[in-house]
Amino acid sequence: MPAELIRILIGLVAVAVSVGLIGLVMVWVERKVAGHIQRRPGPFEVGPNGLLQPLADALKLVGKQLFMPDKADPILFWLAPVLSFLPVLLLFLPLPVGDGLLALDINLGLLLILAFSGLAVLSLLLGGWASNNKYGLLGAARAVSQSVAYEIPLLLSVLAVSFVAGSLNLAEVVKGQGTWPWNWNIMTQPLAFLIYMVSALGETNRAPFDLPEAESELTAGFHTEYSGMGFGLFFLAEYANMVVVCSVATALFLGGWHGPVLPGPVWFVLKVSLLMLLMVFLRWTYPRVRFDQLLNINWKWLLPLAVLNLLATSFFVKLAQTW
Amino acid sequence: MTHTPLLEQVAGDFYTNNFAKNAQEGSLILNLGPQHPSTHGVLRVIVEMDGEYVLRAEPVLGYLHRMHEKMAEVKTAAQFIPNMGRVDYGHALGWNWAFVGAVEKLAGIEVPERAEYVRVITCELNRLASHLLWWGAYLLDLGAFTPIMYAFDDREKLLDILQIPTGSRLTYSYYRIGGVAEDLNEDCIARIREFIPWMRSRLPMYKDLVSDNIILRKRIEGVGVIEPEACRRFGATGPVIRGSGIAYDIRRSDPYSVYPKLDFEIPTSELMDARGRYDVRIAEFEQSLRIIEQCLDMMPEGEVLVKGAPKPSWKAPKGEAYFAVEGARGKIGVYLASDGGKTLYRTKLRAPGFCNLSLFAEVSRGTILADAVAILGSLDLIIPEIDR
Repeated sequence: MPAELIRILIGLVAVAVSVGLIGLVMVWVERKVAGHIQRRPGPFEVGPNGLLQPLADALKLVGKQLFMPDKADPILFWLAPVLSFLPVLLLFLPLPVGDGLLALDINLGLLLILAFSGLAVLSLLLGGWASNNKYGLLGAARAVSQSVAYEIPLLLSVLAVSFVAGSLNLAEVVKGQGTWPWNWNIMTQPLAFLIYMVSALGETNRAPFDLPEAESELTAGFHTEYSGMGFGLFFLAEYANMVVVCSVATALFLGGWHGPVLPGPVWFVLKVSLLMLLMVFLRWTYPRVRFDQLLNINWKWLLPLAVLNLLATSFFVKLAQTW
Repeated sequence: MTHTPLLEQVAGDFYTNNFAKNAQEGSLILNLGPQHPSTHGVLRVIVEMDGEYVLRAEPVLGYLHRMHEKMAEVKTAAQFIPNMGRVDYGHALGWNWAFVGAVEKLAGIEVPERAEYVRVITCELNRLASHLLWWGAYLLDLGAFTPIMYAFDDREKLLDILQIPTGSRLTYSYYRIGGVAEDLNEDCIARIREFIPWMRSRLPMYKDLVSDNIILRKRIEGVGVIEPEACRRFGATGPVIRGSGIAYDIRRSDPYSVYPKLDFEIPTSELMDARGRYDVRIAEFEQSLRIIEQCLDMMPEGEVLVKGAPKPSWKAPKGEAYFAVEGARGKIGVYLASDGGKTLYRTKLRAPGFCNLSLFAEVSRGTILADAVAILGSLDLIIPEIDR
C-alpha cells in the first residue's frame, strides 16, 4: 500500500509541475500561433522569441492586487478559482502517458476523469454568481447550461469506445490499439471522435463555443470581476482542461503511446500537442456561435448522433461476441 | 442642507432610475456600456433582459458630447474645419466635405475641377478605410479575432496614402473652403494605383474566409430585419437603408461634385437583415475602387485651391445653406445660417449614426443578447458622431 501511495504522491507532484509548465508553454504557443495567423510576430521581446513572456505574465498576475467587488460573497468568490483548478490535478492521475507510465492504475480511470471534470462547471457557476455582477451571472448561467448539455454527447461518445475496448481503464483501451493509424480506434469510431472533439470544445469553453466568457457580449463573462491570480487560476484551469480532453482523446481514439520508432511518451505528447494546436487554430479562425445555436447543435445533432453511434457500436460488439 | 452619503448620490442617474421603475417583475436590467467592448466607444445601452432575451433596449447618449455645434458659433467658418475631422473619426473627410460644401454653397464659391477630383479620390479612400474598420470591428463583435488584423493591414496602406496629402492619419482637416489644402503628388498617385489591385486581390480572400463562413452566416442571416418602412420612419441612411433594398445614395439621388460623370453602381440588398447590410458594405469596396480608378484617369491638371480662398478672418455672407454628402455611414448633412457676422450664426450637423442608432431600440426588441450585439455592430456606429 505505501508503494501505491508514494506512486500517487510522485504522480501528483509531477502533475502539479507539468500543469504549471504546460500552462506557460500553452500561453506562449497560443499567442505565437495567434500572432502568425494574424500576420504579426506575436510576443518576441521577453527572452528569445518571447519564450519568457508567459513567465512575465504569470509574475504580473501573481503581483496584482486581489480585488473583490462590493457585496460579493467572499467565501464563494475565492473558492471558485481554487475549485476550478484543484480537480484538474486529479484528472491527470489516470492518464497513461506511456506503457505503465501513469500515476493511478485503476479500472475506472475514465469514470474518474469524467466525474471530476464535471466539477469544473460548479466553479464557473460559483465564480459568476458570487461576484455580484450581472455579466458574471449571465456567464455562469451560460456555462451551466452549456456544460450540462455537452457532457452528455461527450459521455456517449466515450462510452462507445469503452464498449469496443471492454474497459473503462484508459491504459487497457490504449493497449487494445496498435502501432499504426489504421489500428487506432479512430478508424472504427470516426463519428465518436468527431462528436468527442466538438463536445470537448464545448466542455472547455474554447472558441467557437466560448459563450460563458464571450467578451463582446458579456465583457468577460463569469470571470469579469477576477483579477490577479483569481483570474490566473481560471486561465490555468482552462489550459489544463484542454490538455486533459486532448489526452483522453489521444488515449481513446489515437492509439495513446503507440507509434513507430519513437518511444511511447514522445508519441503521446506529440499527439496531444497536435490536438491542442487544432483547438488553438479553431479559436483564432472562427467567429463565435450564438447561444441558442450552440444548444441546437448539441441537442439536435450531437446527442442523436451519439446515441445512434452507441447503439450501432453495441450491436456490432454483441455480434462480434456471439461469433 | 442635509448631508447625503456619496453612495446614495451616485446610486443611479436619471436614466437608470426612470428605466428601473418601468421594469417588469423578474427581469434583469443590464447596463451595456458606457464602457463595453461591443459598443465601440462610450455608448450606453440600458437593456432589460429576461434571461438571454432582450425585452427592450434604450440607448443613452451624451457621454461623448463635445459641443461641436456650439463651437461653430465661436469660431469662424475656416477655423471650424478641424472640428469636422473629429465628428466622425472613421470617415473624417466626408464631414470635411459636408461642411466646406455648405460654406461654398452659401458664399457661391467655385471649386477648381482638379480639387473636385482630389476630393472624390480622398473621400472614397477614406470610405474604404472606414468600411475596413467596420468590417474588422464587426467580426470582433461576432467573436472572430483575426479579421480585424487583416483589415488593419489594408487600412494601414490607406492611411499611409492619405497621410501624404493630408498630413494626418485619422482626424483629417484637409479640405478648404474653395478646394483642398494640398495637391496629390506623384508618389501619392502611384501608391493609390498600386493599392487598387492589391485591395481587389484581397476581396475574394475575405469572401472565402469570412463572408461565406457558415458560423458567420448563421450569426447574421435573418438577424435584425429592418423593413424599408422603418428605415424611412427613422431617417436611416447609408448602408442601413441600402441593406433594406432602397437605393438611396446622395451621390446619385442628390448629386454633387463630379459624381454624375462617374460610372458606378449603388449596391443594395433585399435581405433587410444584418447580412444585407454586411453585403452592401462589402460590395461598396469594389464601387469605391472603381470611382477612384476613374477619377485618377479623368483628373485634369490645374489648381486645387481657388484664388482668394477664405482666410480665417473671412466672413460668410448672410444667408442659409444646406449641403449633404454620402458618408460611409449615410447622409452627412450640414445646415448653415449666417447673419453676415464674424462667425456662423448656426451650424447644424446631421449625423447618420444618430438616426441609424434610433433604429436599434426597435429592432433589438425580443432578440437575444448576442443578436443585439450583432445588430448594434451592423448599424456601424461611431459614437462621437452620434453625440457630436
